Amino acid sequence: MHVEDKFTAETWPAAPEKQTLEGKNKFLGFWLFLGGETVLFASLFATYLALKDKVPNAEHALAKDLFELPIVFVATMLLLTSSLTSVYAMYHMKNFNFKKMQLWLGLTVLLGFAFLLLEIYEFNHYVHEYHHTFTSSAFGSAFYTLVGFHGGHVAFGLLWIVTLMVRNAKRGLDLYNAPKFYVASLYWHFIDVVWVFIFTVVYLMGMVG
Amino acid sequence: MSTYAQKKGFGATVWDYLTTVDHKKIAILYLIAGGLFFVLGGLEAMFIRIQLAVPNNDFVSAGLYNEILTMHGTTMIFLAAMPLLFGFMNAIMPLQIGARDVAFPFVNALGFWLFFFGGIFLNLSWFLGGAPDAGWTSYASLSMASEGHGIDFYALGLQISGAGTLMGGINFLVTIINMRAPGMTYMRMPLFTWSTFVASALILFAFPPLTVGLFLLIFDRMFGSNFFDVANGGNTVIWEHLFWIFGHPEVYILVLPAFGIFSEIFATFSRKRLFGYSSMVFATVLIGFLGFMVWAHHMFTTGLGPIANAIFAVATMAIAVPTGIKIFNWLFTMWGGSIKFTTPMLYAVAFIPSFVGGGVTGVMLASAAADYQYHDSYFVVAHFHYVIVGGVVFGLLAATHFYWPKMFGTMLNETLGKITFWLFLIGFHLTFFIQHFLGLMGMPRRIFTFLPNQGLDAGNLISTIGAFFMAIATLILLINIVITSVKNQKVGNDPWEDGRTLEWAIPSPPPFYNFKQLPLVRGLDPLWIEKMEGKKGMTPAEPLGDIHMPNNSFNPFMISLGLFVAAFGALYREDYNWGVLVLIVGMGITLLSMFVRSVKDDHGFHIHKEDLLNDDDKGGKA
Repeated sequence: MHVEDKFTAETWPAAPEKQTLEGKNKFLGFWLFLGGETVLFASLFATYLALKDKVPNAEHALAKDLFELPIVFVATMLLLTSSLTSVYAMYHMKNFNFKKMQLWLGLTVLLGFAFLLLEIYEFNHYVHEYHHTFTSSAFGSAFYTLVGFHGGHVAFGLLWIVTLMVRNAKRGLDLYNAPKFYVASLYWHFIDVVWVFIFTVVYLMGMVG
Repeated sequence: MSTYAQKKGFGATVWDYLTTVDHKKIAILYLIAGGLFFVLGGLEAMFIRIQLAVPNNDFVSAGLYNEILTMHGTTMIFLAAMPLLFGFMNAIMPLQIGARDVAFPFVNALGFWLFFFGGIFLNLSWFLGGAPDAGWTSYASLSMASEGHGIDFYALGLQISGAGTLMGGINFLVTIINMRAPGMTYMRMPLFTWSTFVASALILFAFPPLTVGLFLLIFDRMFGSNFFDVANGGNTVIWEHLFWIFGHPEVYILVLPAFGIFSEIFATFSRKRLFGYSSMVFATVLIGFLGFMVWAHHMFTTGLGPIANAIFAVATMAIAVPTGIKIFNWLFTMWGGSIKFTTPMLYAVAFIPSFVGGGVTGVMLASAAADYQYHDSYFVVAHFHYVIVGGVVFGLLAATHFYWPKMFGTMLNETLGKITFWLFLIGFHLTFFIQHFLGLMGMPRRIFTFLPNQGLDAGNLISTIGAFFMAIATLILLINIVITSVKNQKVGNDPWEDGRTLEWAIPSPPPFYNFKQLPLVRGLDPLWIEKMEGKKGMTPAEPLGDIHMPNNSFNPFMISLGLFVAAFGALYREDYNWGVLVLIVGMGITLLSMFVRSVKDDHGFHIHKEDLLNDDDKGGKA
């Protein structure tokens, strides 16, 4: 099969992301890249744990003073749901249903965007209510770097998925862009998994002290 | 598009190299850039040795000495040794597995340009207010106290070039996993391919901690965070851990490919199959794995405690086992072989005792209790130069001679090559052997001068004389390269006559599609098998057909240029108002170039069967 071939729902292969050599390479290369990203976040988590609650004096807010469950719970639900919607998008991609794929990807983007807005609100809250900033303490630096790196990944993921959607809006699905959609959704799941760890390590473990 | 190489003007050639995605041309770019940085790092080494030749010398000032010393280490590791190895990996590995290119040709070019711009950025520090001066390890307690922008150049430059290296690593991994020719199973892969594979896996897992460490440094120095500011709750030991979690595997990233190169050379010039192939593969993988378990042996004196020190000491000593396996396998490869002492073989033979010397001192340093005596002394300097020069640089010089004909189609002069070898070998041992004793007598690392009559005078002078031998050897190598390039006597597929692996089955240099038909691999050392059965070349595994090739692109250059510009913005953000603007413009160039790459259709092109048939004089037959 070739990248420039035209397909119908009947002729569309079962694993379109791995039909061409380019697709296979992209699939494997991206998994490996995620391996590297895992180490990157592991280093950030280690740094955060080493510097958690390390502040210059008693006036600074600590993790147990800062975090509130409701807002973090909503953020978690938004991001977990966006992972689910991206699964639906890939389901329709595999069934050659381009319109439905775009629809579910659109939902994914909306949920991701809502998550990002909530995170900005949360950061803003810490800065203005608690004077917990990037430069106020080592704890602040480590917190905003870990959570901010994740937020940056979400923002990049949104740009990526929107670019893919716009670029292929008129083209439809083929074996050239199927792997692209697939790895973008892999990336989105990865961001989600990282968030599960942030939710546990930063927020839950932060609230119990 | 024609398949014929056409005569091109100078401008067209430059444009071709700026936009190329061909692994063989990118290899040449890596070789040129890495070679330039190697000469630069070598000059810095000469300044160090001239300053230390006699006591109380004032050839350079103390501050400048710190800058030279820092840039020598940083340049040699990141900008010379690794890119030169990447050059050979790029040139040879795809040929060894019977592939037409790497998995991601575009990303390959991007990786090169990121490395190149990162290296240029780092070295521009010399002209823009002073180079970094906290040593190549740039420990946070030192680097946070360093004034000026030197450390900022270090952090930003390495960040950019490190991104390029990470991409290269992923690219090689995917290439080796997905693009091997029919019959090329994992356990038939040549050792250089195997070591490229393991080194790439190390890059994948070792570079992200460096990325994080550099980000923390950038944030602390340029954006006011407090990771390493103890007064605000920070902790400088975090940098030490992150740096060495990267830094120790980095040593194996450098030396494993060199091991691979030597394995090829030993088998070729002993005209014998590599002894203990499977145990060689096993040892390579094991060294790669253990390489991640030993980083804290660089931090024995940091004060992690006796339990941590004991564990890391034992893990470190364990690495001697797979390394020993390799040494004996090389010796047994030569045993009973019909040995030809060509220049690459001379380097290989000299490498064994030299590297073992570094290994022995390595085990000495691994004893945590004894390390308190050796730590930060010239003994350590002697140790790592025995490993890096005796292992990696010998490997690079050997590979330069061994693979030159495959990359450029002409042989380097053997007589000059042997002169280079002997001068370099003598110079190397003269320089570094005495440093063991200087260290044991109490000479500390990183000092810019010493007092007379403390038993250090003669040793330092001898060491400096040795350095000049190495410099002259390098000059003769450069002369050799110029002479051979001017003469340009073309050679055939297998100029060493004893080639065993696939790269020697195709023309030198190979046509841009490498293999006209993918070869059928029937065992380890596939070309040797065919030769032993009286055949001229490989049996093709596929009928002649159209070959799909990627298009050239200027985009990798632009993406890297954007980051280069952005780095200046980050650096000068607090000094000048235009800093932020430059940062945004730079990031904009990068993101826009990435966007263009994403949006544009780029399906590559096909070389048609008919053109391939007419292409007989260029060969490329499998």
